[in-house]
Amino acid sequence: MKPIEVISGAVSHLDRADVDTDQIMPKQFLKRIERSGFGRYLFYDWAQEPGWDLPANPILVTGPNFGCGSSREHAPWGLQDYGFEAIVAPSFADIFYTNCTKIGLLPVVLEERHCRALAAAGEGQVDLRAQEVRYRDPAGQLVAVPFTIDAEVRRRLLEGLDDIALTLSEHASEIDAYERARADRQPPLPCTSAL
Amino acid sequence: MAKTMFEKIWEAHAIGEGAHGGLLYIDLHLIHEVTSPQAFEGLRLAGRSVRRPEHTLATADHNVPTDGTAAAAQIKEELSRVQVQTLERNCSEFGIPIYSLGSSRQGIVHVIGPELGVTQPGMTIVCGDSHTSTHGAFGALAFGIGTSEVEHVLATQTLPARKPETMVIRYVGELGYGVSAKDLVLGTIGQIGVDGAVGHVVEYAGQAIASLSMEGRMTVCNMTIEAGGRAGMIAPDQTTFSWFTETRRPGAPAELERAIERWAQLPSDPGARFDREVTVDASALAPQVTWGTTPGMVAPVTGRVPSPTELEGPVDPSTAQRALEYMALEPGTPIAEIELQRVFIGSCTNSRIGDLREAAEVVAGKRVAKGVRAMVVPGSAQVKAQAEAEGLDRIFRDAGFEWRGAGCSMCLGMNPDTLAPGERCASTSNRNFEGRQGRGGRTHLVSPRMAAAAAIAGHFVDIRDWEVA
Ligand code: SF4
Repeated sequence: MKPIEVISGAVSHLDRADVDTDQIMPKQFLKRIERSGFGRYLFYDWAQEPGWDLPANPILVTGPNFGCGSSREHAPWGLQDYGFEAIVAPSFADIFYTNCTKIGLLPVVLEERHCRALAAAGEGQVDLRAQEVRYRDPAGQLVAVPFTIDAEVRRRLLEGLDDIALTLSEHASEIDAYERARADRQPPLPCTSAL
Repeated sequence: MAKTMFEKIWEAHAIGEGAHGGLLYIDLHLIHEVTSPQAFEGLRLAGRSVRRPEHTLATADHNVPTDGTAAAAQIKEELSRVQVQTLERNCSEFGIPIYSLGSSRQGIVHVIGPELGVTQPGMTIVCGDSHTSTHGAFGALAFGIGTSEVEHVLATQTLPARKPETMVIRYVGELGYGVSAKDLVLGTIGQIGVDGAVGHVVEYAGQAIASLSMEGRMTVCNMTIEAGGRAGMIAPDQTTFSWFTETRRPGAPAELERAIERWAQLPSDPGARFDREVTVDASALAPQVTWGTTPGMVAPVTGRVPSPTELEGPVDPSTAQRALEYMALEPGTPIAEIELQRVFIGSCTNSRIGDLREAAEVVAGKRVAKGVRAMVVPGSAQVKAQAEAEGLDRIFRDAGFEWRGAGCSMCLGMNPDTLAPGERCASTSNRNFEGRQGRGGRTHLVSPRMAAAAAIAGHFVDIRDWEVA
């Protein structure tokens, strides 16, 4: 995973609430067994509607509860492959938020009025190290809005760490110990290979 | 200190709250063909193995045709065939048990876990599928994950996890005659909104929940994700234990009585604190029908399609306006006057034997309305066999329903079962998103009885007025 520090540039605005992952990446593209190349299918059905305009900018600003519905990671894959590096919204669906952080697509929760102001500014900066979003207000004044993110998630994103490698290197003996301690617990775990 | 059921399960599975956050041990990892191929590929590229294949179980469900196709190699559509075959190959390479097409245990992943008895109280269960919340009906902590997390669980049998917040939805009163678990959960989402439970593990409580069958409880927990909830849970009780004692389930614990003693300690302690509490009056609910493109856009069957400007509750007016355009519905139209072309009884929400029995009771001796195409898709090969043993398939066929093979089918239309653009469908599934059942298709979510009655009448009817033959 590529480390993230500051994401800056133009902003695309999708002004809709409750955008579900079925819209972000429709089901017909979930049959692919590859991980790359999903960008061209992003918002496939909506993109055919007249007036659709969502340029591939570094920052996407959108409405509340973004990414609700299906757990498909194909949705964040598509958003990232399309060109978005950060997604700013008043709120995200849980699974979607986690999926984004796993692939280095930065989800940023910002109050709705700041989301709108950032969209209106047309460009801005998302600074993960400083944990703030910066943009200019209509008078040209620089506005810096802090955002919160889990410290461990932030560390992994800043350093571009691979979760699995980290778990195996930092926790392998703890997992072993946990399994040993549980071995005589009741009831034993069902064994799927002995059904 | 008094603990919630969630806290008890969480604490029993938490590993090391070290400097870098803790891990959650996963007891059961369920897998299907759509969200796993890239995870297996990741393992292969890194030269990793599956840590606990014996606590992992795979099935093919999303892509499978429901026309009786009996083996992956016979799937006509190439991409679907490749995806199911890839799952079979991955499972054999990594030693994971699989019930694929043609197996007598194949079915929708959330139907077969409970059916086989591998879904048990007190467990942590994950799957690369948002409706994993279904398994919480047994008093398990079960939630959906993405493909990167699937890979993480395969490699480590754990997940990096932060403790979510907790929420309890307490129902007061009992469900009225003809009002089902589906109506209960749709009505709840209508009240709290599609983001009403974001960030929370939800425990459902109250007499209306205690009175539900296991199947009804699964329907409720299944749709937790439609309110944005991380997981849904229901305390195990006698109804839960009977699931294991009354039917032989291959995954059930060998020493069942000892297991039940343990399970009986799981329910939240009296006085345990939740981060949020919501109360819903179950007795006030009528059978529900969704009118829009999120499960929260829902009305009683006795009601009308609302006007976006006069909406009460959590739905945003501009989203509602867009939804009505997509659904081609006029505000003020009585719900009962909405006419249908398709009816789908199936999905992990409502495709279990109890759902099919309820639907069959409604259609027995009647005929599907002219101009309506209706199908019943059992949730698993076992449900199908059971229904056929009871003669339910005959009842459906005689009434003019299609009786199909097990799978996700028209819940998401990744297989040949889809809506055509503009077609309007009464569906027992869980999502009425734009295009979910086929591009341009219009979905109304309802209970199995409501869907069955709509198939006969050709429009929605209040099931409480239905005359059973
Ligand atoms: S039935 Fe529908 S919701 Fe359930 S697992 Fe299949 S596609 Fe997902």
